[in-house]
Amino acid sequence: MSQPVLEVENLRVDIPVSAGLLHPVRGLSFSVAKGETLCIVGESGCGKSLTSLALMGLLPKTAIRTADKLEFRGEDIRMHSERKMSNLRGGAMSMIFQEPMTSLNPAYTIGNQLMEVYNRHISRSKSEARDRAVYLLEKVGISSAASRLGQYPHQLSGGLRQRVMIAMSLMCGPELIIADEPTTALDVTIQAQILHLLAELQAEFDMGLILITHDLGIVARIADKVQVMYAGKTVEEGPCADIFDTPMHPYTQGLLRCIPVPGKTRRGERLGSVPGVVPSLVGDLKGCMFRNRCPHAAESCTAGNMELHAEGGHAHACLRPLADRAAEMEAAQ
Amino acid sequence: MSLAEPLPGAAPAAPRGLTPPPALETRDVTCVFQVSQGFMKGKKPLRAVNGVSLKVPKGQVVGLVGESGCGKSTLASILLGLQAPTDGDVRYSGESALGFSRKQVARRIQPIFQDPYSSLNPTKSIRSIVSQPLRIHEVGDPGQWDRQVDEMLELVGLPKRVAGSFPSQLSGGQRQRVAIARALIMRPEIVICDEPTSALDVSVQSQILNLLQDLKDELGLTYLLISHNLAVVQHMADRVAVMYLGRIVEEGPADALFKAPAHPYTRALLDSVLTPDPSLGVPDTHLGAVFPNPINPPSGCSFHPRCVKCMDLCRTQAPAPAIRADHMAECHLAAEDAA
Repeated sequence: MSQPVLEVENLRVDIPVSAGLLHPVRGLSFSVAKGETLCIVGESGCGKSLTSLALMGLLPKTAIRTADKLEFRGEDIRMHSERKMSNLRGGAMSMIFQEPMTSLNPAYTIGNQLMEVYNRHISRSKSEARDRAVYLLEKVGISSAASRLGQYPHQLSGGLRQRVMIAMSLMCGPELIIADEPTTALDVTIQAQILHLLAELQAEFDMGLILITHDLGIVARIADKVQVMYAGKTVEEGPCADIFDTPMHPYTQGLLRCIPVPGKTRRGERLGSVPGVVPSLVGDLKGCMFRNRCPHAAESCTAGNMELHAEGGHAHACLRPLADRAAEMEAAQ
Repeated sequence: MSLAEPLPGAAPAAPRGLTPPPALETRDVTCVFQVSQGFMKGKKPLRAVNGVSLKVPKGQVVGLVGESGCGKSTLASILLGLQAPTDGDVRYSGESALGFSRKQVARRIQPIFQDPYSSLNPTKSIRSIVSQPLRIHEVGDPGQWDRQVDEMLELVGLPKRVAGSFPSQLSGGQRQRVAIARALIMRPEIVICDEPTSALDVSVQSQILNLLQDLKDELGLTYLLISHNLAVVQHMADRVAVMYLGRIVEEGPADALFKAPAHPYTRALLDSVLTPDPSLGVPDTHLGAVFPNPINPPSGCSFHPRCVKCMDLCRTQAPAPAIRADHMAECHLAAEDAA
């Protein structure tokens, strides 16, 4: 694999709240190479979106971001000033947000918003920016692109707006795109189209892609690497096929049992579930955070710092993974 | 009073010896809105629902699928009596519901909406939300209402202490359970579930689907399940109807329809379902991004501009329903197959 575009080690986000210190992200490490897709999966409240904001330097002012390493194109961006970060954002690294309805400015035309990014980062030439905007709108599959430039966001459907967002993120030829739930608000047909488009464009422009989602169907189809997050930590990571074929962590296993799969689950059959809710992440946190929802939890899960155990490229943070539990079951019989 | 026992004023039992009429039936329902074209430009008709005939047999789950803008939600409002159809008839167990008062309709049919964050009044306690239908319909003895609410909360899997809480104190899954409790407290025959799980996390989604399944068996409910998640529809539904631009373009038993879809649109919808199979890539549905303008629908078959199998005939002539056994499709290709 080529050189990583983004390398992150031990990324933490802490937010002081009235009850103490909230730890929404607790030591994440990952890297994304050019042309590679990393999917971050997890339930709402597990710190996925804050991770993406932390990478972009868009955290709320009260939040404290720390990391042992945060390198973009080999350059340390931990101490970058706001000015330097905004030179990167929208230029070399860009983001696609979940809600195309709210992330486009309703008071400006599509063309205006697309060209602004280009003029801010690359050149002040209006005609160049216009050409680039038309080229990219066509690229993302919008017909009669030139006339669309004069339209306002409310004149477009949700799918088209998300296409405009993608075009906007590509305006300056980024090396990394962070997409936070890019298709959650869209119809299934449009979802498939948008993902298809993202995968195609990624291959064409050789970009790194971080896709944040809770939909395992999307992950299976698009990811190279998968990172399963729970309560601000990675509980399992590895190549996409390994995660789906041999999930090791009970959380991953639980999530996979929750979804009805045409052809596999029978109609009306009971689906698996992960009972309980994500625990509070305020204060000092010890042991496995999943233990109160885990069917295999034992005494040993309450203490210690859950480290990732790696076997080849596939790592998990469970003290009692599949193999151990199977051995125990056999011993008991 | 047990939960299975009908409340006074509920639907009459079907006469013996006859096949009972479907719990819910629409006959050629059409709903036309007059849409303004701008200042001084007059109005144009928009046929949101265009001649829909749908039967929901008692005790079954019928899935209604289609993209946004196809008229699913308008049809749901018509069924719920919130919107009067321009033409056609809506029947509950064979009785025409068009003359029903709002209260009569609410007795028979209840909705569960997509977003439990906006469908519950944030200033009311859960007890007040769930018991509101009882208060409005003045059912039974007010002294019993609290007990009925407790029973209902238990049935949907919520702890009793939740009754005193407010919606903001509950999680998304718990709120959706409250919405279900509110819909079921009047013991309706039919429940319209409009995207009941799409605002929820996967782990919560499966719990709500399991609950809906259990309640259906326990209370003998009939569901119309509106969803664009075909995996969910396939999991729940006995029959499936596919809607496109105000019309039902394919309808049939779920198994047959998913195994061998007769309409190219159904095929495209099925292809867009992302099953968690890492050996497959992202599908290319060839559907194009543009949903046709319903004010100015395409000539002939309304799906033809997006159809990969479009023929000359499709551009000029709208297909008639082709029926094979109990599987209907509105497509010239299906008509050829049937002939």
